[in-house]
Amino acid sequence: MSRLGSCVRPPDASNTGSLSVEIAAGRAFRHSALVRVTHWIITLCFLALLLTGIEILISHPRFYWGETGNNLTKPLFQIAIPSSRKLVPTGYGYVLPDQNGWSRALHFQAAWVAVLTGLLYAIFGLLSGHFWNDLVPDKTHLSWAAFSNAIVSHLYFKRPSEAETWSYNVLQRLAYLMVIFVLFPLVIWTGLAMSPTFTAAFPWTVILLGGRQSARTIHLFVSIALVLFLLVHIVMIFLAGFWSRSRAMLTGRAGTPMERT
Amino acid sequence: MTHISRRKIILGGVAATAGVAGLGVAARIAERYGLIPPDHGGIYGPGETLNYAFQRLVARRSSAREFPRSWISERPFPNEIAPPSEAFKRLQVGGFADWRLSIDGMVDRPTAFSLNQLRSYPRRSQITEVACEEGWSYIAEWIGVPLFEVLNTVRVRPQARYVVYFSIEPDWWDSLDMAEAMHPQTFLTYAMNGNNLPVGHGGPLRMRVPRQLGYKSVKFITHLTVTDTLKRFGKGFGSGAPEAGYAWYAGI
Repeated sequence: MSRLGSCVRPPDASNTGSLSVEIAAGRAFRHSALVRVTHWIITLCFLALLLTGIEILISHPRFYWGETGNNLTKPLFQIAIPSSRKLVPTGYGYVLPDQNGWSRALHFQAAWVAVLTGLLYAIFGLLSGHFWNDLVPDKTHLSWAAFSNAIVSHLYFKRPSEAETWSYNVLQRLAYLMVIFVLFPLVIWTGLAMSPTFTAAFPWTVILLGGRQSARTIHLFVSIALVLFLLVHIVMIFLAGFWSRSRAMLTGRAGTPMERT
Repeated sequence: MTHISRRKIILGGVAATAGVAGLGVAARIAERYGLIPPDHGGIYGPGETLNYAFQRLVARRSSAREFPRSWISERPFPNEIAPPSEAFKRLQVGGFADWRLSIDGMVDRPTAFSLNQLRSYPRRSQITEVACEEGWSYIAEWIGVPLFEVLNTVRVRPQARYVVYFSIEPDWWDSLDMAEAMHPQTFLTYAMNGNNLPVGHGGPLRMRVPRQLGYKSVKFITHLTVTDTLKRFGKGFGSGAPEAGYAWYAGI
């Protein structure tokens, strides 16, 4: 059994007797080692990026569209919070302490770790078949019946089936694909498009987005989408069984079927 | 559980040794090619070093985006500045006729330039964006003399690595590596949008570094020093910014 490879297939999709034995004994792996390690590194980075991103946002909670925007121009919208800069017209009578120094440093350092870890994960995902086997919906998922079934069971907050211990359901697959191949690349791109030196070397990275301030505004919305994903992700872990799912992402093992009920 | 084989232990040992040796070699090469920023220490040192090294490798000669005249912001935002010092006010009363930019350090001909002497260089302009680390920005036409022209006049010695520049206002200083100092868009700016540079925007003389964030464009410049080390300046981080937690290299 490959531990570096993709998820273990559900018992009924496999004809190897030994796998059923491993599952029954609680020794089968739900997540490979590389998926688990990169998952937690990126989780830590994401939390650091979120916290420091909020701190940086507080220094100018106004958002614009196009190339430029500042305190003297009309914003697209303004977040109704106090600011850490005196000249921002917030309507609040006080100014918050400036946290941008360490926040920017940690933001970029966490971004480096996240991007390098993400690259490692992406290379692994392509070579090991993880993306193809575990994330791309397979034939059984791609019928309206299967799809609507998955939506209905989510709407009724049904506990996942035993097979879902070993394989992701179709909504899960689409959500993960969206995060990995759309939201993460977009948040990295819009972040780089705010760097004056990076855009000097690659001007199209900001021109395609409609300007520096558009890049900043999209960066905010993609970050909000990632936070929404995180919240739904956590709710789903609780619905599916917090200990079983957390243990699977920490140790790789999902536990015996008995422990999961 | 897997049992850890002897082969794995040996392979792991070889990989770890190669990794450590590789890091050592990488650090040597990075130092030699000027890829290590002065604020490379501390817990955020690795991130600062990666930012600086990566951008120096991919963008050493790139130019900041320039914009059509119609993109110039109608209302450029002059950021908050401390009340001017007595020294500044005295020069302001005299219409800045006695303003001097003194250049010293590793140069053959240390010189103090008046504003008129700086204006006697061919007048250059750039329509570039000021981007503040806070997130706001504006576009203006910046008029002045490229720093490299002035540095060529005073003849920088070959061992020079940094240009340190000081505002007339206390504790306001910063520095650039030679690649940024000699970059054709790095300007000593004395005018903006066709008029004398307003005091709010750093007049009468402002360093303009369009490839980096706004805080590198220090206002009210009176003194430049060319040096091969930043250790003797402030805490040795290359500017006052890292002392407040901000990166020395502000290309990001």
